[in-house]
Amino acid sequence: MVATTEVIHQRPESFTDVHTHYCPGCTHGTAHRLVAEVIDEMGLREQTIGVAPVGCSVFAYRYFKMDFVEAAHGRAPAMATGIKRVLPKSTVFTYQGDGDLASIGMAEIMHAAGRGENITVIFINNAIYGMTGGQMAPTTLAGMKTTSSPFGRDVEMAGYPLRMAEILSTLDGAGYVVRRSLHDAANIRKAKKAIRLAFETQQRELGFSMVELLSSCPTNWKLSPQDALDFVAEQMTPVFPLGDYKVNPALESLKV
Amino acid sequence: MAKELLKGNHAFAEAAIRAGVEAFYGYPITPSTEFLEYMARRLPSLGRAFVQAESEVAAINMVYGAACTGKRVMTASSSPGISLMMEGISYIAGTEVPAVVVNVMRGGPGLGNIAPSQGDYYQMIKGGGHGDYFPIVLAPASVQEAVDYIGLAFDLADKYRAIVHVIVDGNMGQMMEPAELPPMREISETAPDWAVRGAKGREPNILTSIYIDPVDEEVTNLRLLKRWKEIEKNEVIYKEYELDDAEILVIGFGTSGRVASSAVREARENGIKAGLLRPITLAPFPTQRLLELTDQVKRILVVEMNSGMMLDDVMKIVKGKVPVEFYGRMGGVTPLPDEVFDEIRRVSQNTGPGAEDPRDEWIPRLEKIIAGDK
Repeated sequence: MVATTEVIHQRPESFTDVHTHYCPGCTHGTAHRLVAEVIDEMGLREQTIGVAPVGCSVFAYRYFKMDFVEAAHGRAPAMATGIKRVLPKSTVFTYQGDGDLASIGMAEIMHAAGRGENITVIFINNAIYGMTGGQMAPTTLAGMKTTSSPFGRDVEMAGYPLRMAEILSTLDGAGYVVRRSLHDAANIRKAKKAIRLAFETQQRELGFSMVELLSSCPTNWKLSPQDALDFVAEQMTPVFPLGDYKVNPALESLKV
Repeated sequence: MAKELLKGNHAFAEAAIRAGVEAFYGYPITPSTEFLEYMARRLPSLGRAFVQAESEVAAINMVYGAACTGKRVMTASSSPGISLMMEGISYIAGTEVPAVVVNVMRGGPGLGNIAPSQGDYYQMIKGGGHGDYFPIVLAPASVQEAVDYIGLAFDLADKYRAIVHVIVDGNMGQMMEPAELPPMREISETAPDWAVRGAKGREPNILTSIYIDPVDEEVTNLRLLKRWKEIEKNEVIYKEYELDDAEILVIGFGTSGRVASSAVREARENGIKAGLLRPITLAPFPTQRLLELTDQVKRILVVEMNSGMMLDDVMKIVKGKVPVEFYGRMGGVTPLPDEVFDEIRRVSQNTGPGAEDPRDEWIPRLEKIIAGDK
């Protein structure tokens, strides 16, 4: 009898064979993997150019096995625009955190979406600046303690969290804008489907696509990994409701 | 090809197109706006990329992105816009990708005005952005010269994977004068081996300016420095006029150099042995030629449209061997040939030792001129 091995699970081809630098319990690894799996499934690896941000995922290019560039803080959508316009047949995506996308890079993300750039944005919203050690982000919840809002975010002084998916969905250039969460297996599956649809949007030249992913930061939130995931489910989803905010009708019939 | 009457900004843009620029990303700002307008009309019909960005910050980061694909890309702006671009310029330098930036300089600091100035000398020549890097800086003095050197700017950018600045001022951007455009160059379809265009059948290319280990950054800094030393050795360009028997050396670049050449001609007509050195590459500076001339001439007059920025570089090279004097107009004021001629005549009659800082003697003279002007 000949023994046969059936591979049911392996590293995506779009992943390099290295360990990440992310903290235990961080959802960046999950988000990375979903993107890599989608790129594998769509056969896009050899035509994809990724744009890494400044923030915890600054080294994203180490983990994706594809051409990558590294943007200045917040400028990934501009850099992606510059690339996509000279290589319109390539697949270009940015991977950005909330400080990068919703604070310093607000102009770049708004106008990339407004122009309907055929790029895909993976937006990691963990309500905090992770890389610099836990400062208040534009998405930090009201009352949430960070190192720069040590008494809790006082909305009288520091304003309110920004809902980027909702804001960007108002723009005519946006083809696909949704919010998903990475706090449990069911939501992770939904997140992957959304990432697939975002890349399908780009392949079909239907305009700007973004998937906002509610993510956890156990280290800077000072919570255990499981408590951090519970925090996403219980505290973040009421402020950042999951859902489809803009879906080009051409995508509605698409089965992925 | 025959000469045509061309507006500076239009001619520079067309020269870039003929040099094979495949993308222009910019933001409107006086006095460089016609550059962007020309590209907006011309590039789409050629199947090349044009985006009016939301800001100069975004524009230069679009340039950065396209530069990473190894395609010829540029932007054009004016002083305050260039300040905003300094972030991206530093990243481009740090990532070692080629790009061309044209600065049509205007009066400053701050919002300043829209009149021609050379007040960005330090910003352009000394780097301007953060970190250790060395931009190549070309300073043409006429529409024709700018047309000629914009093609070279792209060649140098590609050759050294470096940022190349072409600095002109509002005079040159706005004026119309006859110029002959070069023929259209073929665009190379071959990607440089470092470029990101999708990792088809090869290992991925990663383009970044991050070197988290200080030693790696130091190695990068050293590579940039050694490349700069090569550039200094190979790429110095300057023009000279009436220098063979000159006793008074006038040094000026761009518009002030061009005005100075008229003044030198007038000085010669008046029997004054003046000559002109006009650097085309401000970086690398024509240090060797200036050193030779220092042994020949009796006095040096530096003419600029700023407070004496190139003056500092000249003083560093001359090292007090010859008295150096300065004549500058600032704030968007262009000196007239007669003003510079008066200065040459004054300098030719001055046998004093020269001030430690030539600005000290210039300031009261300028104050008198301003008082008389107003």
